[in-house]
Amino acid sequence: MTNFFTSSIGKKILMAGLGLFLIVFLLVHLGINLLLIIFESRDPFNIAAHFMGTNVLIKIFELVLFGGFLLHITYGLIVQMQNWIARPVSYAKTHPSQTSFFSKYMIHTAVIIGIFLVIHLFDFYLQAKIFGGVPEVVIDGKTYHDLGLLVFEKFKIGWVVIFYIFTFIFLGFHLLHGFQSAFQTFGLDHRTLTPVIKASGVIYSVVVVAGFILIPLVIYFGN
Amino acid sequence: MDFTLKIWRQKNSGEKGKFVNYKVGNVSSDSSFLEMLDVLNEELILKNEEPVAFDHDCREGICGCCSLYINGRPHGPDELITVCQLHMRKFKDGDSIVIEPWRARPFPVIKDLIVDRTAFDKILMEGGFVSVNTGNAPDAHAVPVPKQNADLAFDAAACIGCGACVAACKNASAMLFVSAKVSQFALLPQGRVEAKERVRAMVAKMDELGFGSCSNTGACEAECPKGISLTNIARINREFIKAGSA
Repeated sequence: MTNFFTSSIGKKILMAGLGLFLIVFLLVHLGINLLLIIFESRDPFNIAAHFMGTNVLIKIFELVLFGGFLLHITYGLIVQMQNWIARPVSYAKTHPSQTSFFSKYMIHTAVIIGIFLVIHLFDFYLQAKIFGGVPEVVIDGKTYHDLGLLVFEKFKIGWVVIFYIFTFIFLGFHLLHGFQSAFQTFGLDHRTLTPVIKASGVIYSVVVVAGFILIPLVIYFGN
Repeated sequence: MDFTLKIWRQKNSGEKGKFVNYKVGNVSSDSSFLEMLDVLNEELILKNEEPVAFDHDCREGICGCCSLYINGRPHGPDELITVCQLHMRKFKDGDSIVIEPWRARPFPVIKDLIVDRTAFDKILMEGGFVSVNTGNAPDAHAVPVPKQNADLAFDAAACIGCGACVAACKNASAMLFVSAKVSQFALLPQGRVEAKERVRAMVAKMDELGFGSCSNTGACEAECPKGISLTNIARINREFIKAGSA
């Protein structure tokens, strides 16, 4: 077992597992964010955000999530470096063979998502946790951070909206390959199941990206 | 047919190489790519120039020696063939053709278009066999094998170890080759006995030799002259998980 996660296949299995974990996280994240545009009031979102920020179990999971992100990124970089080293002299002429297009650009889409992640943490998470200055709101006699207002104010700025949408599209490209590729890495290959997994990956990517894009758009063009 | 060839020339593994342009004329459209190179080499020899070194042996698509990266594709512009099975009619008269050696750290260039593929042999030495006592060959029906597994094992065993998968892969990964070798044994009862040790040892050697990892891109499968399927890579991943968790 000691060599398992240092081997090329072991590293990919770890990355695939973490990737699927992050894929589940994205669904939760999207679900809570959608509360902002589903309801007239920001209260449901603020209550949900409060729960996510204070519940002990969720707080433990938050650490797992940060660890997951860091490991996925670290392993991704290590694997990419080794892959680049494996071909010191590149070809003079290349030909686009019939391959999974986005699989060739995982590191490129990853860099865009990575930059976004840092900015995104500064925009919201660190505002609430460290910098303070988040407005407060009273719901049913209890004081909550008005994180919803923070989001509304952010997404009133045109370039912020454009930047977020731009990144979501690249996140979609990353997911399009990542989702189905993870199952192949786990060794899951089945005559009927694999096409279902591939289709689910496309549906997931489109739905999640469309959902995330919808939020800043609705807020920007709404009242 | 007339062609302009842009060929990688390199004296030996220690020296730097470069592309050199050659013109070759009066090539029959029915000649193979290697025969076209033979014509060029005869002309070079008559001109007292060093002929272009390239690997070849059986010239019938079985040995896996001919390893040329032609116009951006291992074994050139056709499906399920090796370079010796590539005909010049696949090109247009007057075409410019770029010919490069396989590019991968574990496959150093020996000379011109010839690379050292000993790395594949080293991987095979780690487990590309079944340890059995010598003696009479057993009857074919002595050990029952499900037909489906026999067919899949045979498909995997069709790999000729040419290295097109490594050449095509953006990561210079040998996963298609190694997975074919692991699969052909893992699918048969005789091979199952050592399945765990085999996959561990072969993957460890593959990593040690400096091949990249698999991005599930599928370029290897698309360029493999023997149509080795990506399902073998799923199988090696499965086998590796089974071996690691035991």
